[in-house]
Amino acid sequence: MTSATGIGARVVRTEDKRFLTGTGRYVDDLPLARATYAYFLRSPHAHAKIKSIDISAAEKSPGVVNIFTGKDLVDAKVGGLICGWVVKDKNGEPHKSPPHPVMAVDTVRYVGDTVAMVVANSYDEAKDAAEAIRVDYEVLPAIVDLAKAFDKGAPQVHAEAPGNLIYDWEIGVKADVDAAFAKAAHVTKMDIVNNRLIPNAMEPRAAAAEYDKGTGNYTLWSTSQNPHVLRLILSAFVLGIPEHKLRVIAPDVGGGFGSKIFCYADETMVCWAASRVGRPIKWTAERTESFQTDCHGRDHVTHAELALDKDGKFLALKVETIANMGAYLSTFSTAVPTYLYATLLAGQYTTPLIYANVKAAVTHTAPVDAYRGAGRPEATFVIETIVSKAAAELKMDPAELRRKNFIPAEAFPYQTPVALQYDSGNYPPIIDEAMRIADYAGFEARRAEAKSRGKLRGIGFSSYIEACGLAPSQVIGQLGGGVGQWESAQIKFNPTGNVQVITGSHSHGQGHETTFAQLVHDRLGVPMDQIEVVHGDTSTTTFGMGTYGSRSLAVGGSAIMKATDKIIAKGKKIAAHLMEADVADVVFENGTFKVAGTDKAVPLAQAVFAAYVPHNYPLAEIEPGMDENAFYDPANFVYPAGTQICEVEIDPETGIVEVIAHTAVDDFGNIINPMIVEGQVHGGIVQGVGQALFEGAVYDKNTGQLLSGSFMDYTMPRADNFPSFKLGYKVTPCPHNPLGVKGCGEAGAIAAPAAVMNAVHNALAPIGVKHVEMPATPLNVWQSIQGAQRAAAE
Amino acid sequence: MYDFAYHRPKSVADAVALLKGKEEARPMSGGMTLIPTLKQRLAKPSDVVDLGGVKELAGIKVEGGNVVIGAMTKHGDVATSADVKAHIPALADLAGHIGDPQVRNRGTIGGSVANADPAADYPAAVVALNATVTTNTGKHAADGFFKGLFETALGEGEIITSISFPKPEKAAYMKFPNPASRYAMVGVFVAKTASGVRVAVTGAGPSVFRVKAMEEALSKNFSSDAIKDIKVPATDLNSDIHGSAEYRAHLVGVMARRAVDKANK
Repeated sequence: MTSATGIGARVVRTEDKRFLTGTGRYVDDLPLARATYAYFLRSPHAHAKIKSIDISAAEKSPGVVNIFTGKDLVDAKVGGLICGWVVKDKNGEPHKSPPHPVMAVDTVRYVGDTVAMVVANSYDEAKDAAEAIRVDYEVLPAIVDLAKAFDKGAPQVHAEAPGNLIYDWEIGVKADVDAAFAKAAHVTKMDIVNNRLIPNAMEPRAAAAEYDKGTGNYTLWSTSQNPHVLRLILSAFVLGIPEHKLRVIAPDVGGGFGSKIFCYADETMVCWAASRVGRPIKWTAERTESFQTDCHGRDHVTHAELALDKDGKFLALKVETIANMGAYLSTFSTAVPTYLYATLLAGQYTTPLIYANVKAAVTHTAPVDAYRGAGRPEATFVIETIVSKAAAELKMDPAELRRKNFIPAEAFPYQTPVALQYDSGNYPPIIDEAMRIADYAGFEARRAEAKSRGKLRGIGFSSYIEACGLAPSQVIGQLGGGVGQWESAQIKFNPTGNVQVITGSHSHGQGHETTFAQLVHDRLGVPMDQIEVVHGDTSTTTFGMGTYGSRSLAVGGSAIMKATDKIIAKGKKIAAHLMEADVADVVFENGTFKVAGTDKAVPLAQAVFAAYVPHNYPLAEIEPGMDENAFYDPANFVYPAGTQICEVEIDPETGIVEVIAHTAVDDFGNIINPMIVEGQVHGGIVQGVGQALFEGAVYDKNTGQLLSGSFMDYTMPRADNFPSFKLGYKVTPCPHNPLGVKGCGEAGAIAAPAAVMNAVHNALAPIGVKHVEMPATPLNVWQSIQGAQRAAAE
Repeated sequence: MYDFAYHRPKSVADAVALLKGKEEARPMSGGMTLIPTLKQRLAKPSDVVDLGGVKELAGIKVEGGNVVIGAMTKHGDVATSADVKAHIPALADLAGHIGDPQVRNRGTIGGSVANADPAADYPAAVVALNATVTTNTGKHAADGFFKGLFETALGEGEIITSISFPKPEKAAYMKFPNPASRYAMVGVFVAKTASGVRVAVTGAGPSVFRVKAMEEALSKNFSSDAIKDIKVPATDLNSDIHGSAEYRAHLVGVMARRAVDKANK
């Protein structure tokens, strides 16, 4: 650490002042003169034919400006929403691609599907008018039960996807894996459900748009995690507005967790309609709409088998998964249960043979796409649950079984059998540290003490690996991804020496404004309060790929480092000129250019000033100005890894599971701001425990109605559900990025579900409970206990 | 929400006058249920008569063997009242666990009791303590006041003015909160009073109900052991994604035993 605010310092987040004092500027805060307000009429049915839509009464409703339906979009030749990742099935055929109209034309396919857009002088008037729209639906049977999506006779979601199958994909050689199973001393089998989740960002999705008749320019404000990508999709595929005529701004955004990566119908409509209405349009989702229409996460049904030899070495892993895509393929949906899931199934282990088969299904539910961790939590849940189950079956200590199979430190870089090459890592010290912090040795005494109080205590491990820092562009291209995954940075000094750091990533809670400023401060010596981090506006930032997949520091931060290199290189030339020295003799230390062995010195600010006021300046050799761009395309993913240990107590009378202690030891490589990292880990653990114990999107299996459609029925994890977390770190720097960093944004949510559920199973094993599905709600746990008691009685 | 006429009378008589003759007029106390209902457009009243300006309705007094709580008294004030804590600590405890701090500083006892939400906490206390509900037109005994789902014995234009709770010898309330909403999924109020033992259950059924078998057993022996084998039938209990009727029936037993233990502490 070079200073109290440089790399490694616990700098208080500079953006928090505006967030905590109500002075942040979110989409809904925008004051737009002459604004109109949009309300979307959503389908009340999971599956229905639209026989007719009568807007005649609604058009006469007070304050109505315009009403649009799917037919208007067809007439205007608006494209459908796209899925940007082509996954090829096991025969090499691209996945089935049913159309995804921006608004339904003749069929609605989930509760919340968009049917009409009403634009009025006020939001209430738009809503009043929507109530006057008469839609004649012919209700059809719906399929919402994933496990039955491929059944013969199941209601069909799209004619273009016969049998509701989007793809049947595989990785690994099944015959080799089967041969290994034939020789196994022990096989552990498991059927699990990875429960469907609803993201629930604090700020609902919102959009506002304005069309400038004079220039023909559109401006769209959106709660996007990646404004340039949103613009690209809208321009190239959906609306046909040229990129240079569409400005997308994602101002302060209150959380995303993946759900704000994608291009949605409502923001598309707001943008499209702005020119037709001729006045600005504003829309903010109501919470009910968020529940119904934000892309959901997870939702897998999996069968897995692990083959072990007599000593407990893993011989092979076989996984069959059905993944729910929902009613339409969202932007990155197809990649999540394939390249972000099955490629992670080696975990931290040397399992030599892995086969995974993934079938993606469409159902009459909201689209499913990436949600914090996106595929890696599902993979970790499979591996870490089956490993703990194997340990229990073999009566081995779960930590011991893990250690026996860890990839050894000397084996890195390590090529897994499922495509990825892990760049670095050292797993045994991580689990040792976690066990020390969690006082694993003292657990049995704590279990006995809990028993004396009538409580069942359990402990569970989860040793995760994840691939993030998305991503090497050529690999993404080979795997069917439609975009590059580099990041951009620009460092733009002003003549007075302060600086704008422009990033193509986007902050919606992660604290980039602080972390990125720390990088620049550390590298260039510019004081923190002289640095402004700029992001989120396609007109003021260089094209960038946005924020998701724990990529912003590893990729965006690396781009910033490259830009600082260019600043220093140019500054050296200027300083050499000013000091009348040879540029080869100039060094840059603590914000000042010096000539080694002399007292000659030029502070960076002086070089910057000379660059903008080039009166004494080598104009023949270099251009004026101090403004450098850089793009960084990573050589590999980064591979954070760690171990979480969860300790729970269960009240067998009520079924309530209480998290008593939760330890996380992570290897995130080098850490820039430990406080921000802790916040990310805390939040991640809470989301992961949320999945394990509380959260579950439930659709009525007959009607397809969303039963968990509000906070009254969808259980969010809350502060009083948690103890203080115990964290630790081990560091193996990433060898291929300039900062040596790995991502930390998703790790907590990736590892926690398995740790919690292993603890739950460990607690309930003594009373004969074999399996509890997530979420382990009181009802679910109580019913599992009842089931075990009935089984024992029989 | 839809448009409505808003009134803020200063007296009960004015409030009643405003409500009378308007079929779609709704009184509003703390608004903790009505406002969200309006926002979701689930109700379309012509008039909302806000009782917040009726000062005579708020306040807590001790009258002989009773604690009398004005209808517009907020949950937070009941929870922190020295009188309630001294004479019916179980009631203060119950009030202190309704909703969250924002709800407790807006929501009122009269509003909660008049609304008769099946998952509200207060109805269990009203029935278990054998309280008397006083209105502008008369008095209602606790038994018979709660008629069913969101249904009470209140007539048209009848407004609760206060609720009188007899001081119990022992009492306690145990709530099993719905994991999502934290309303009572099962709440059991157990009270031992001069007139006998009462066990009232909220959250589990369409309306608050008494468990006579438990009352009889506890009258003989006020200990959790005395009711450990008493099962509540699951028939007619609520069932949803958070709790089956069987689970709720089971929880009635657990919460009742824990309430007795708490009352005995």
